[in-house]
Amino acid sequence: MITRRQLIKTGMAGSVVLLAAGFLASPQPDLPAASQGHLVFLQTGDAQIIRSLAPVMLGMAGLALEDIVRGVDVAIANLLPAVQQELRQLFDLLGNRWGRRWLAGVHSPWAQAAAIDLAAFLRRWQQSPLLLLRSGYQALHALINAAWFGNPASWTALGYQQPQQIMGLLP
Amino acid sequence: MSLPDPVAEGVASGWRVLDGAAQTQDLQLSCDVLIIGTGAGGGMTAEVLAEAGLDVLMVEEGALRTSRDFRLLEAKAYPELYQESASRKTADKAINILQGRTVGGSTTVNWTSAFRTPAETLNWWGERYGLKSLNPQTMAPWFDLAEARLGIADWQTDPNPNNSVLERGCQALGLKHGRIRRNVRGCWNLGYCGMGCATNAKQSMLVTTIPGALQHKAGLLTRARVERLLPAADGKSLLGAEGRLLAADGHSLNGQQFSIKARHVVLAAGAIGSPAILLRSQLGGAQVGKRTFLHPVVVSGAVMPQRIEAYNGAPQTVYSDHFMHTQPLDGPLGYKLEVPPVHPLLMGVTLSGFGAGSAGLMQQLPHLQVVLALLRDGFHPDSQGGQVRLRQDGSPELDYPLNDVLWDGVRRSWLTMAELQFAAGARQVQVLHEQADLQSSWKAARAQIMQLPLKPLLARVVSAHVMGGAAMSSQPEEGVVDEYGRHWQLRNLSVIDGSVFPTSIGANPQLSIYAFALRAAHHLRDALNS
Ligand SMILES: Cc1cc2nc3c(=O)[nH]c(=O)nc-3n(C[C@H](O)[C@H](O)[C@H](O)COP(=O)(O)OP(=O)(O)OC[C@H]3O[C@@H](n4cnc5c(N)ncnc54)[C@H](O)[C@@H]3O)c2cc1C
Ligand code: SF4
Repeated sequence: MITRRQLIKTGMAGSVVLLAAGFLASPQPDLPAASQGHLVFLQTGDAQIIRSLAPVMLGMAGLALEDIVRGVDVAIANLLPAVQQELRQLFDLLGNRWGRRWLAGVHSPWAQAAAIDLAAFLRRWQQSPLLLLRSGYQALHALINAAWFGNPASWTALGYQQPQQIMGLLP
Repeated sequence: MSLPDPVAEGVASGWRVLDGAAQTQDLQLSCDVLIIGTGAGGGMTAEVLAEAGLDVLMVEEGALRTSRDFRLLEAKAYPELYQESASRKTADKAINILQGRTVGGSTTVNWTSAFRTPAETLNWWGERYGLKSLNPQTMAPWFDLAEARLGIADWQTDPNPNNSVLERGCQALGLKHGRIRRNVRGCWNLGYCGMGCATNAKQSMLVTTIPGALQHKAGLLTRARVERLLPAADGKSLLGAEGRLLAADGHSLNGQQFSIKARHVVLAAGAIGSPAILLRSQLGGAQVGKRTFLHPVVVSGAVMPQRIEAYNGAPQTVYSDHFMHTQPLDGPLGYKLEVPPVHPLLMGVTLSGFGAGSAGLMQQLPHLQVVLALLRDGFHPDSQGGQVRLRQDGSPELDYPLNDVLWDGVRRSWLTMAELQFAAGARQVQVLHEQADLQSSWKAARAQIMQLPLKPLLARVVSAHVMGGAAMSSQPEEGVVDEYGRHWQLRNLSVIDGSVFPTSIGANPQLSIYAFALRAAHHLRDALNS
């Protein structure tokens, strides 16, 4: 079994930690990787990761989580194949039991993880000495924020609205 | 009443426009001049050459979107109008790059700030790179011409509150500052330039030179990605270029290819884009892709007591070049101060932190004021910019390492911005860094900024100004093209876009590109018509 220390060492040595995901992902994913009908990129397990992380990332309760999942999915579908591949590795890594436990440091499955543990995971990756983990955090941050604040449902709480003098004139 | 869409009307009236996504067969085309990319460089060149009676064909990777598609909606605009949905990143992901990818290129989404190339930059090119004929006097008529064509003029309306804070802060600290000229005609002062201008007030290439070229019988092929240039057997010239057509989603392939024969090829795919095509064509040469500059930008947010609504009003109308002149041009990096427009999606993505802290800031969006500092890269000996390289699948990636000389500029400019925001009455200030939080006094902010670790992906760094990578030079071995954008080795290839600059510009680059493009295009026109 690979220890966290070994994984981090490989990362430090300059090899891509996320590449380990391919190899880790096969034996024991948390959930079967059946893709949900209406999603293009995200698989069932990925969607759960977003659902669990979004309230902690955004610091808000009562979010329209399915809208956020869809927003993330659409955002990823519009990215370059090369970038999608990296995100696939990230989600595979997080979705894998070992990756979640040892790299993310989240002990319960995503659906059951406590907010405090999820926040600790985000903080660890945000502040990690490893560039790669920081970039993993930044990817999750960008996707979840884009999905929520790109959605007009989020605007009232911000006190934001589009300029009324023109909206009525648009086709 | 609904708003007019002259470009859509032009297309309906029979302009020669082909949508790559609609093609069911491979395309074989020919023309006098093939222009690859329709941004600042490509648009200007197309009009000059088409007006001279040359048979011009423009090829653009993005789609043709016109004012009726511009709905002031970030979630629609970014995937449709920007490279990589506005999330293009440098190789280590430390810098987020905004570039356009639509007819009109970055000019369709830019913020309409217009500056002539600073005299000190032109003079430096003369001294350092032997580009002596590009001095402020010889360039002046080209700036005049570009300004006249695009309605570039003083902006008479008052700055919006976001810009006013910058102005007040400069006044309080005694920093030299000024008002920004804009390329607009009949602007509604809305502030949504970054999502495409719904009123067609912005004088982007989409509504000026490209229609101008199309009216003179130029052709336009959209959703068509040039993969490579086709060298002739002699190795000294090109036959044309070839590539793939994209599907209606704008990124997957539609299965058809195109190939275009041309007497002359103009590469105008922008910085990153043009070097990438040269690299894919194996027409590298030692300098291609090197010294690509970004004006790396760092950001500071302030909570103001009054409403700012930085999403409303012309985005950039006030600037300060004070710190461009406090040290030698090739000394510690100078920086230009401006403000960005602030809309929810981009702000949410750009803010540092997560959870309750960032939620609290987002909920004060109407009171949020944001200042940015553009670092002038490419002059200091340690500021060599980045290098464009190709991924395995041929897509380009910019490797731009952040080094000490840049970090030094980052910290100095954070300090300036925070001090300025407090001087203008900010209640709280936070520079965008993953270890920074809101500070309630200049003293506390300074203490925090002084100890923030300067590391990629802790400090937020962004860019909307990609320049260089196919530099002009006075000697063939030192660059890629000459001062008219003519390729040093290939007789019938010109590069006419932001990639020809040997350093960064030190000001928002659009007007520099317009003027250089006009100069290069007139020269090319005369050569082709003689
Ligand atoms: C959000 C934003 C705000 C900005 N604000 C300002 C401002 O206020 N003032 C200012 O001076 N500057 C501003 N800029 C920068 C300015 O707009 C650009 O520097 C300028 O447009 C660059 O011109 P260009 O011709 O080099 O490339 P671009 O205008 O980027 O055009 C290049 C075009 O080539 C196409 N292309 C690329 N590769 C291929 C290929 N393989 N095949 C076919 N087509 C291809 C692209 O899709 C694109 O449309 C801003 C930029 C952005 C993104
Ligand atoms: S501010 Fe003016 S130029 Fe910009 S989008 Fe609005 S109307 Fe167009």
